[in-house]
Amino acid sequence: MPAFMEAPASRLLTDLQPGESAVIAEILGDDSLAMRLMEMGILEGEGISLIGYAPLGDPIEFEIRGYRISLRAAEARRVRLEAAS
Amino acid sequence: MSSTSDVPTTESESSPTRSARKTVALIGNPNTGKSTLFNALSGMKARTGNYPGVTVEKKVGKVVWDGREIDLIDLPGTYSLSPRSPDELVSVDVLLGRQAGVDAVDAVVCIVDASNLERNLYLVSQALDLGLPTILILNMMDVAEARGIEVNAEELGKRLQLPVITTQAHRRKNIDIVKQAIADAIDRPLRTPESLFPDPFYEEVGKLREILRAEKNIDLPQFLAQRLLIDREGQIEKEVTGHGEAGQKVKTELTAARERLAEANCRVPGIEARVRYGWARELLDGVVTHPAERPASRSDAIDRFLTHRFFGLMVFAALMMLVFQTIYTWAGPFMEQIEAGQEVIVGMVDRVLTPGPLRSLVVDGVIAGVGGVLIFLPQICLLFLFIAILEDCGYMSRAAFLMDKFMARLGLSGKSFVPLMSSFACAVPGVMATRVIESRRDRFVTILVAPLMSCSARLPVYLLLIQAFIPDRTLAGGLGLQGTVLFLMYSIGALVAIPVAWGLKKFFFPGETPHFVMELPSYKIPSVRVVFDRVYDRAKAFVVRAGTLIFATTIVIWALGFYPGNHDHQYDLQRSIRAADIKLEHESEKLAEVELSQEKGEKLAAAKEDVRLAEVHLNDLEEEYRRVSSQLMADSALGRMGHAIEPAVKPLGWDWRIGVGAIASFPAREVIISTLGTIYSLGGDVDEADEGLIGALRSSRWPDGRQVFNVPVALSIMVFFALCAQCAATLMVIKRETNSWRWPIFSFVYMTALAYLGALITYQVGSLWL
Repeated sequence: MPAFMEAPASRLLTDLQPGESAVIAEILGDDSLAMRLMEMGILEGEGISLIGYAPLGDPIEFEIRGYRISLRAAEARRVRLEAAS
Repeated sequence: MSSTSDVPTTESESSPTRSARKTVALIGNPNTGKSTLFNALSGMKARTGNYPGVTVEKKVGKVVWDGREIDLIDLPGTYSLSPRSPDELVSVDVLLGRQAGVDAVDAVVCIVDASNLERNLYLVSQALDLGLPTILILNMMDVAEARGIEVNAEELGKRLQLPVITTQAHRRKNIDIVKQAIADAIDRPLRTPESLFPDPFYEEVGKLREILRAEKNIDLPQFLAQRLLIDREGQIEKEVTGHGEAGQKVKTELTAARERLAEANCRVPGIEARVRYGWARELLDGVVTHPAERPASRSDAIDRFLTHRFFGLMVFAALMMLVFQTIYTWAGPFMEQIEAGQEVIVGMVDRVLTPGPLRSLVVDGVIAGVGGVLIFLPQICLLFLFIAILEDCGYMSRAAFLMDKFMARLGLSGKSFVPLMSSFACAVPGVMATRVIESRRDRFVTILVAPLMSCSARLPVYLLLIQAFIPDRTLAGGLGLQGTVLFLMYSIGALVAIPVAWGLKKFFFPGETPHFVMELPSYKIPSVRVVFDRVYDRAKAFVVRAGTLIFATTIVIWALGFYPGNHDHQYDLQRSIRAADIKLEHESEKLAEVELSQEKGEKLAAAKEDVRLAEVHLNDLEEEYRRVSSQLMADSALGRMGHAIEPAVKPLGWDWRIGVGAIASFPAREVIISTLGTIYSLGGDVDEADEGLIGALRSSRWPDGRQVFNVPVALSIMVFFALCAQCAATLMVIKRETNSWRWPIFSFVYMTALAYLGALITYQVGSLWL
């Protein structure tokens, strides 16, 4: 298989740059954290953008469904993004 | 409706359904103005308490609308009705009529943020599954409009087949319409919830209910059976699985049901969010119109600045300095006013009551007890004034956002920062401010370490002992020794708090790190009404629920210091002192007359001699009075306890007098100063800068003639007071906030043990070196 056809390494929510948006592919896991993320509207197919980092680098501010939410990097890594088109 | 009390038969004639008291529950996401709406509806007359066994605050407002008696229940703000802890289960239990002490709910009022409808509707969708008559309140319509969002409330109501009312709760807009809607809703029949989930889901729910009926003889309501199926490791699952074989069977069936659903492309828990958000989006299509391009709002610009790497931290530091200054320094004048008022009342009582046990009870018990409660109000009101402003304008969650990484290193979350910082001024409002912390584990750890922060009540103790025993020397680098010791005393509590927090998490609250998923609400101008309602609410909660306990503690300590003992001689002396005082005044007047009358010589000398004699007499009596008081204190239950614990405190370098001081200061640390004043026959009204007290401490001796106080002893007392829990108000607030006696007792025990250990090490090591 030629190298360019390999599936791109899966991108996580933490891989976004400030100001960048992407579409959510999947919430990893089905524990209480995953449930909480989904309850807050972080769902596959939904667009999300990274607004900025806290001054100490963590947590991270995101925008989804027209509101702002703060996630720690460890929590944001539970969100897999669709490959950028 | 007019009153019919003049017709006694009316009540019995009215139909039972008309007169029956109804219950209405208020639910909504955090930051939707739910409490504001509740205050508007209940007219600030709500009663607060706790639900048994959990830390959830129970708020009930009793109202009468249109002749109907209604209990309004304010449930805690939440994003979902999926109970993952006993605390979260309370709201669900109330809504299902399963909560002891709360009547079955007749209607639900759902309040949502109109500017953020889609996410708010998730909770609404769950609430509709309860099948109760429901009213939807679209609050914050002004915010939605400002952001260019249009909501067609009428169309939304048509689609939902529910009453939908738009409000601006902080402006009390449309409140009467809400009241009317509630009064109309309470008699409506139950609704049949819409079936949002695919059929296999409901089939599995039905099977689960049957299994529970067969295996455990539990008739689980449909709503809870759905929760059982969806919420992996949720509270319902914890409660119905587990116990023995039947529980195991249920667990097996539950796992199998979830697997079958996963195969049917309806995997839990993911299916719920998909279904409900899908429903919300479809519902809002054509109801809500967003501006084509979201305008760069002012809120976004403010947010960029306030979370900026540099400016954000600067603004935060400045704000926190301001908050701290306010409660630390600016509360001072108010507290002095309260103390001055207390003295005025004591003066009045002194004139009315003759010396005796009653007067002592009133002055040293009742008035001191009430004063001991009120003295906290300035700090509580000022702290909550700031918190309410910062919360209502949307900054509080940014503060948590900014500080989270720092606090995470200590094993806590950003939401613990403000409560802990406030505790450096006073742990009482600090502990009360932990209510914003969602995670029970983080909240309890914060509550338990908050009293270790060096509060303002420790300062007088430090100042007295530093003044008396720490030499005023300059250390290398130009630092003053006294200042350095003061700084060390301030730091010790915070430093000790780090391992304590770690130990509490490890041994008392094990489990994975709580997550920190937090909404960052958009900024808005805080409402004066919301802010003052909140300050009033907290102050009232403190006085009513903690105040009584603090008052009782003061009375107990007074009794221990008063009994047993024959105070007759003391009363005689009090009377004689008053007489001698009058006599002195009289002689002074006579002297002044003589001086004015130009008559010199013998008459003047005689008058001067009379004044002198009167002064000597008064001084003798006062000295005798202080000696008698000191002896009475030594012979009292408190004094005996001091003697009894002397063997225990001797390794700290303390004598029984310091032991008495430590016990007597249980209501509040600074009491040790007046106690020492009494014991050293100086009277109880000394302060930390009193030369007499400093002198008395310096010349205090053991029976064998050695000095009691030296530098290691002074340091050991200071370390003890830095770490001990000698503050009844804090302990009673912990009782209130944790809704259990277990945690104040735990705090007292662990802090006393730490304090003892710290003082022991300080004295023993100090004695070797100093």
